[in-house]
Amino acid sequence: MAAEWTQTGAEILLRALKDQGVEVIFGYPGGAVLPIYDALFQQNAIRHILVRHEQAAVHAAEGYARSTGRVGCVLVTSGPGATNAVTGLLDALMDSVPLVCLTGQVPTHLIGNDAFQEADTTGITRPATKHNYLVKRSEDLARIVHEAFYVASHGRPGPVVIDLPKDIVINKAPYTEPTVQHVSYRPRTEPDAGAIAQAVAMLKQAKRPIIYAGGGVVNAGPEASEALAAFARATGFPITNTLMGLGTFPASDPQFLGMLGMHGTYEANLAMHGCDVMLAVGARFDDRVTGRLNAFSQGSKKIHIDIDGSSINKNVPVDVPIVADAGKALNALLAAWQASDAPADKAALTTWWRQIDVWRGKDSLKFNQDMRPGGIIKPQYAIKRLYEITKARGKETFITTEVGQHQMWAAQHFGFEKPNRWMTSGGLGTMGYGLPAAMGVQLAHPDALVIDIAGEASILMNIQEMGTLAQYRLPVKVFILNNQYMGMVRQWQELLHGSRYSETYSNALPDFIKLAESFHATGMRATSVDELDGVINAMLDCPTAVIADIAVDQAENCFPMIPSGAAHNEMLLGPDHEPSGAGVTDAGMVLV
Amino acid sequence: MPSLTDTTQRSATISVLVDNESGVLARVIGLFSGRGYNIDSLTVAPVDAAGRHSRINIVTSGTSMVIEQIKAQLDRLVPVHCVSDLTMEGPHVARELALVKVVGTGEQRVEAMRIADSFRARVVDTTLGSYVFELTGATDKIDAFIELMRDLGLSEVSRSGIAALARGTRVIQASPSLGR
Repeated sequence: MAAEWTQTGAEILLRALKDQGVEVIFGYPGGAVLPIYDALFQQNAIRHILVRHEQAAVHAAEGYARSTGRVGCVLVTSGPGATNAVTGLLDALMDSVPLVCLTGQVPTHLIGNDAFQEADTTGITRPATKHNYLVKRSEDLARIVHEAFYVASHGRPGPVVIDLPKDIVINKAPYTEPTVQHVSYRPRTEPDAGAIAQAVAMLKQAKRPIIYAGGGVVNAGPEASEALAAFARATGFPITNTLMGLGTFPASDPQFLGMLGMHGTYEANLAMHGCDVMLAVGARFDDRVTGRLNAFSQGSKKIHIDIDGSSINKNVPVDVPIVADAGKALNALLAAWQASDAPADKAALTTWWRQIDVWRGKDSLKFNQDMRPGGIIKPQYAIKRLYEITKARGKETFITTEVGQHQMWAAQHFGFEKPNRWMTSGGLGTMGYGLPAAMGVQLAHPDALVIDIAGEASILMNIQEMGTLAQYRLPVKVFILNNQYMGMVRQWQELLHGSRYSETYSNALPDFIKLAESFHATGMRATSVDELDGVINAMLDCPTAVIADIAVDQAENCFPMIPSGAAHNEMLLGPDHEPSGAGVTDAGMVLV
Repeated sequence: MPSLTDTTQRSATISVLVDNESGVLARVIGLFSGRGYNIDSLTVAPVDAAGRHSRINIVTSGTSMVIEQIKAQLDRLVPVHCVSDLTMEGPHVARELALVKVVGTGEQRVEAMRIADSFRARVVDTTLGSYVFELTGATDKIDAFIELMRDLGLSEVSRSGIAALARGTRVIQASPSLGR
């Protein structure tokens, strides 16, 4: 009975968040969420981080979630607050990041009246979320919050929106304890034993096997990465990671072939192309990975482990589908592999490795750095030094990126030994992701080194978050590879559009040193190779947030590259290699 | 099951049991439009006494791989309890209802009534110059009737879309659905 309820909806909401383990919430106030902000003011359990734009609140929660494995939490107001959050929500959906986003809404009696700051938030966010709710009755509030956390974090993780009309958070509401079972959403996590046996039989007979592991392994928790490493070592199979999967297998391990896909290594892509048995784990055969579908690894039998049944047989038909949690399935595979009497074809595997080593010998990521004083910094070299210097210092390091050439160079040249250390916008490719994501990572790991590897164009998309860094004294390091171009777009214009650089020159750039200083941070710059190490060391030593503006070779392009519409064996290698003869077809030109 | 690499198009009648909550139909329709799947027919109504669950019947078409994908995508929607491909899972009955208005006089009007009789259509409204026929049956029967009425004064058609059930004792229930 309403008369017996003693707490307001806002208080019930915060109680439910606390019971769900929320410690930090990223948000921005406004009219529709005033009662929630008032309740936040009167408690100490949940820390609110005030961002400067709602998109950044969502990316910050993504960084928080991806670096901890927990659910990120966001609070924004109605109307523009909610619409500004949409890009972040879709980013989290594409990259399977568990989030709960609370959006304010006009009071229930005004819904549909075009009221001030009204938006059909559940309508707008339906295709940008895993699920969303509009709370219409106070009795449902606590249950919906608990359900939202369950849905966000179970099965394939994703963002969930709860739209909260202002009267619902003002009126008194009852509390219900966290629920355990959801009525209709019960994702399968245990692998089918028959499918595991079939997979092991296939893997035992493999002559040219490969393991292709993606972000699903990260989402399955650190145990899944351990299971992946254990399985790879037990079998001796070569292993490649997707962009999202980097860190699930140690980059320094000789069994690691590097990243695959459009800007993947020569050996990873040719091994995918030439394999006879492929074990895909927590990866979704994305178009950036497969290249031209009808030429993708034609001769292989494919085993696909994914917690999301709709990711299986979506782009590429597979032979053995396994709907399960990646960690559980990998442990089951390892147990079945060890229990099986069937011999593995060790001689064939040795021959396969010999072939892979020939491909490796191409050194597809090589670049030529002019080491003379005054030499122009190659962007790859800047990343390589950043990696080597941070590694030598031994401090726990997390990397976020924006989107573009710098992102691919970071993926290629920064080695990750553990999962949850690499945060990048893979599926949606959201410029402006890296700085707010780094904020979220730094909040979750106050003593760690958090670096946003950025481009000079991307960084400007959420540059206002330098203010948030200052307010909360977050010592995030922004490492800008400044080539004065939207480099990846420029690269495509060079390749596909006759080098007509339509609108891709970064004109009228700010002075990043002054920009940093105006936001109470430290700015520094390197313009030649002899200055690079000094700037990196100064950046790492600096107790405040830093923008390091690294002037890099403007003409450098990102290689290797599988041009759109091409197959894995039609990669373009860089100018430092002999021409490969591949080109872009008319059919490829329409692809993105 | 037909091979996933088979490129021939097939029609599928899919029944989906969902929580009867606001927005659930929008989720299903948004899934079809957002991913470019066809909807040839769609019906929805609550089906249990308490009104907690609704049944959505969808007729769609595509290659085997696309239809498998449609089912997997439907199955992972949070309010979806179960997805049943009636076309693949054994024999089923599918019926729809049509109201067909035919305007005319004289011999045309007599002929329309004669054909309606042979189709077992009922007259649910009549004036001196018009009939409204009610007809239930499989989609192709209704198509055939409407085609015949075209020359006899067909003026308006309203169709329900199909309702479908598996034949025999097989049922689909709001039980936990695995494999999404």
